[in-house]
Amino acid sequence: MIANYGYKDGSGDYYISIDTDKCIECGANRACLTACPKGMFEIMTDDYDDEVAWIKAQFRKSLKYDCADCKPAAGYSSLPCTTACTPGAVKHSW
Amino acid sequence: MSAVMQQTTAPEKPEYWRWQENTWVDETMNWRDAKIVTCGIDVGSVSSQAVLVCDGKLYGYNSMRTGSNSPDSARNALQGVMDKCGMKLEDIHYVVGTGYGRVNVPFSHKAITEIACHARGANYMGGNKVRTILDMGGQDCKAIHCDEKGKVTNFLMNDKCAAGTGRGMEVISDLMQIPIAELGARSFDVDEEPPAVSSVCVVFAKSEALGLLKAGWTKNKVVASYCQAMAERVVSLMERIGVEKEFFITGGIAKNPGVVKRIEKIIGIEALKTEYDSQIAGALGAALFGYTLVQKGQAKQG
Repeated sequence: MIANYGYKDGSGDYYISIDTDKCIECGANRACLTACPKGMFEIMTDDYDDEVAWIKAQFRKSLKYDCADCKPAAGYSSLPCTTACTPGAVKHSW
Repeated sequence: MSAVMQQTTAPEKPEYWRWQENTWVDETMNWRDAKIVTCGIDVGSVSSQAVLVCDGKLYGYNSMRTGSNSPDSARNALQGVMDKCGMKLEDIHYVVGTGYGRVNVPFSHKAITEIACHARGANYMGGNKVRTILDMGGQDCKAIHCDEKGKVTNFLMNDKCAAGTGRGMEVISDLMQIPIAELGARSFDVDEEPPAVSSVCVVFAKSEALGLLKAGWTKNKVVASYCQAMAERVVSLMERIGVEKEFFITGGIAKNPGVVKRIEKIIGIEALKTEYDSQIAGALGAALFGYTLVQKGQAKQG
């Protein structure tokens, strides 16, 4: 399942997508949990009883601002979360 | 000489936004004959539904406006349908809560997200060919992809902005002083299709609509313009996950042909029709999840 967390507003689309099929048997030892400087990821049991990562509810409506520090404008050449997720389950839409 | 103050009361203002609440049970069925009775309760931000399922088949439902208290909304929704068929809470084997208030359904056995429940409900209502689901809820909008079993394969939700939601339509209904059930039909009663209102924000769309009225637009033309904006808005969300044929719309706005037909025109796909109330999809899916869980439990017990 591709789970998209985030929103669309007048300035653009801000979604972090998580491919839960790649996430169930995580090959990166849940590295997303520690890679994100804001601690936005957590593990939960989804509706189909699989343990997968999701974005904490308090961050879902402010991704544009919360993720800004990790974007190229802040000096990063790659996002810490997508880099840490070696199975390639995490993607940003912007 | 003494002045007498006359107490006056403001005239009652018609509530154009108020949609029809309804209760229904299938008179051809008798719930007492069912081996497994399950219930789904969807406590949404604007409406609440209780759906009863007997042996995996839809038996009855109640759809009403959500009050200020989620547990009471859940109780009232269920009581409405139970009263209609003489059922009691203890007659129900399993209750699943869903929607924004799912964790506040006091008598539920399990809470499941509305994403999974809408997919399961749409799979029942539209058949197992349904692949793309658009749920236009009271205060959010969801685009969902599912497989032939109604299992979610891709979803996204927008609950940050009221554009493209039922609440946005209620605001326009009140502003135009047109009953909400008539908005769709009125939006087609125009000489030519107007462009969409430019703003994607409900607040600014409201001010823009007022400006258009002042500029001489008819109410119908403004409504048409707003319906078009809403359709464009939700289509842009759906395009993110990709639209496949066998497309189904759930939620209250599925009852508004002014938005539905414009969505169909933009994506070039006709939405599947259903005999059921589009607002019950979430609660129906929850009740069906409950049915599967009871069956699994019974199978384990041997």
